[in-house]
Amino acid sequence: MGGKARTGDLGFRLGTGVFALALVLLVVAIGYELTRQSMLSIEKFGWNFWRTTTWDPVTGDFGALPFLWGTLYSSFLALVLSTPVALGIAVFISELAPGRLRQPLVFLTELLAAIPSIVYGLWGIFVLVPVVRAMETAAPDWLRQIPLFSGPPLGVGMLAAGVILAIMIVPFTASVAREVLKSVPIAQREGAYALGATRFEAIRAALYYARTGIIGAVMLGFGRALGETMAVTMVIGNTPRISASLFAPQYTMAAVLANEFTEADTDLYLNALIEIGLVLFIITLFINGLSRLLIWSMARPAKALGVASTVPAEESAA
Amino acid sequence: MKPIQKVLATIAAIAVMVGAVAAQTMKITGAGATFPYPIYSKWFSEYNKLHPTVEINYQSIGSGGGIRQLTNQTVFFGATDGPMTNDQLVAAAGRVLHLPTVLGGVVPVYNIPGVTAELKFTGPVLANIFLGTITKWNDPAITALNPGVNLPGSDIIVAHRSDGSGTTYIWVDYLAKVSPEWKRRAGVATAVNWPVGIGGKGNEGVTGLVKQTPSSIGYVELIYAVQNKISYGSVQNMAGEFVAASLESVTAAAAAAAAGMPADFRVSITNAPGRGVYPISSFTWLLLYENPRDKAQAKVMVEFVKWALTDGQKYAAELGYSPLPANVVQMEMAALAKIKIG
Repeated sequence: MGGKARTGDLGFRLGTGVFALALVLLVVAIGYELTRQSMLSIEKFGWNFWRTTTWDPVTGDFGALPFLWGTLYSSFLALVLSTPVALGIAVFISELAPGRLRQPLVFLTELLAAIPSIVYGLWGIFVLVPVVRAMETAAPDWLRQIPLFSGPPLGVGMLAAGVILAIMIVPFTASVAREVLKSVPIAQREGAYALGATRFEAIRAALYYARTGIIGAVMLGFGRALGETMAVTMVIGNTPRISASLFAPQYTMAAVLANEFTEADTDLYLNALIEIGLVLFIITLFINGLSRLLIWSMARPAKALGVASTVPAEESAA
Repeated sequence: MKPIQKVLATIAAIAVMVGAVAAQTMKITGAGATFPYPIYSKWFSEYNKLHPTVEINYQSIGSGGGIRQLTNQTVFFGATDGPMTNDQLVAAAGRVLHLPTVLGGVVPVYNIPGVTAELKFTGPVLANIFLGTITKWNDPAITALNPGVNLPGSDIIVAHRSDGSGTTYIWVDYLAKVSPEWKRRAGVATAVNWPVGIGGKGNEGVTGLVKQTPSSIGYVELIYAVQNKISYGSVQNMAGEFVAASLESVTAAAAAAAAGMPADFRVSITNAPGRGVYPISSFTWLLLYENPRDKAQAKVMVEFVKWALTDGQKYAAELGYSPLPANVVQMEMAALAKIKIG
């Protein structure tokens, strides 16, 4: 009987182990397949694919720099807009909110994450874009002289995309940051209070202690923003032209894939689109990996006393 | 009987039953253009009511995807809004027959505050707006066509499709015919390198952009403009008349083009000659192999196409498509004989 249970255990471990391994293999297989299917474009354009700005399916001339630019610009903008809000939510829920309010607030932020992307997109078209257009129209002339705010007031464009992305990533950043704050040892806070710190100072100390994990939470949001497709393509204006202006219509890598994949009729065209997918895959893998690493490195020392005790020393040195 | 024999016997019995059902129901799959999807799904469901044993399954994955799947023979038939290129025909697994099924028209839609009149456009004016060489609504080229309309001096905002689309193909095919510069700078395809403008996803995306953005112009399928109550302009045809798109004026374009119809039906009917013709019109095609592998499916499919080209045409109008003119139907009936069904 005992032996039977042991073989059962072994079988279970092997079985689940195979599934875990399959996941790793799947990621490798995706990377391999994306590379294989974009070879035509990689061979034909080389690095120029990422250095040139013409995207012309008719002549078969493909340069993806505008998409790369738009993806990084919109995600970075979303990061800048969402981080203060997300951190505010995280701090309020974990440090300040009365117990009765805490659970409903957690539920509400996580509800935001459950709304389908297309719904955000529709809301973007019908509510956000007109508001953005009104703001752009109201912008005074001196403001328009600045390259950041130049161009006609279209409504659709980088600003609308950044705002909608920011709203979409707030719940992710906020809930991870909240978890990270929760992992700050209670002794930290008590220590701060014992030294006569005010509540604000104690929270600041906790934030400082949790900084690595919080950076990880922010980057996790960034990773989400990079790959977001439907909502962005509905409000960004889908124009492959590099511009510094928030008012200008631009394009992202995910959006061009969603838009052009179905009708890509030549092999080179399809390969060029898949190469964009490959690079997007690598970037998101890298960003997500890095953010997980940061969150994980934060969560671990909290449990190991020996490491935690070195932190105050580090702090006093800083 | 031993239990194991019982199980085997049951399995065998089930297999026989399933086989019998499969022999009765004919399932045919196809894939392709999204533009004709509403009429195709109507046809397939109506045809299934008449012939309950025939089930035709259509995936609207886009013209490009449809051609690819037909080439790889993963579907029995394809559908496209732009005829296959010579390269694509060579890559296919056999001779492919193009069969026009219905017609569609693409209209210039605009949103100019204070302007309620139906604007008149010519091909070159539309091309120059989409090239970005006409930038204001009160440009002399536009005001000369529209005397009595008080056009504002605001910047024209161009909206186009961001996704690859048969609608775009029809639109730019027309622009390339009327403007050498468009042909040189942008060309003809389901997606092009747009000189100016912002992109919206789908007919509804462009409709949304134009509806919301004052001083804008875009292009959509006629049915979308009608359903969304957006103003659309009339366009000058080869005969010099300004014609608004309608089911009749689109069919007229096909009837006019029938005289010069090539044997393989791969014809663009934009800017067609003749009176009463709306110039931005196009066929949409079904794609079938002339010598398909599965002859039983071929036989059923040919019967279906015959029905679609005749009785099926009556469903076109209610869904916003223009029916085929009689002379084109006649030519197609003759062409259907090319398909080997035995």
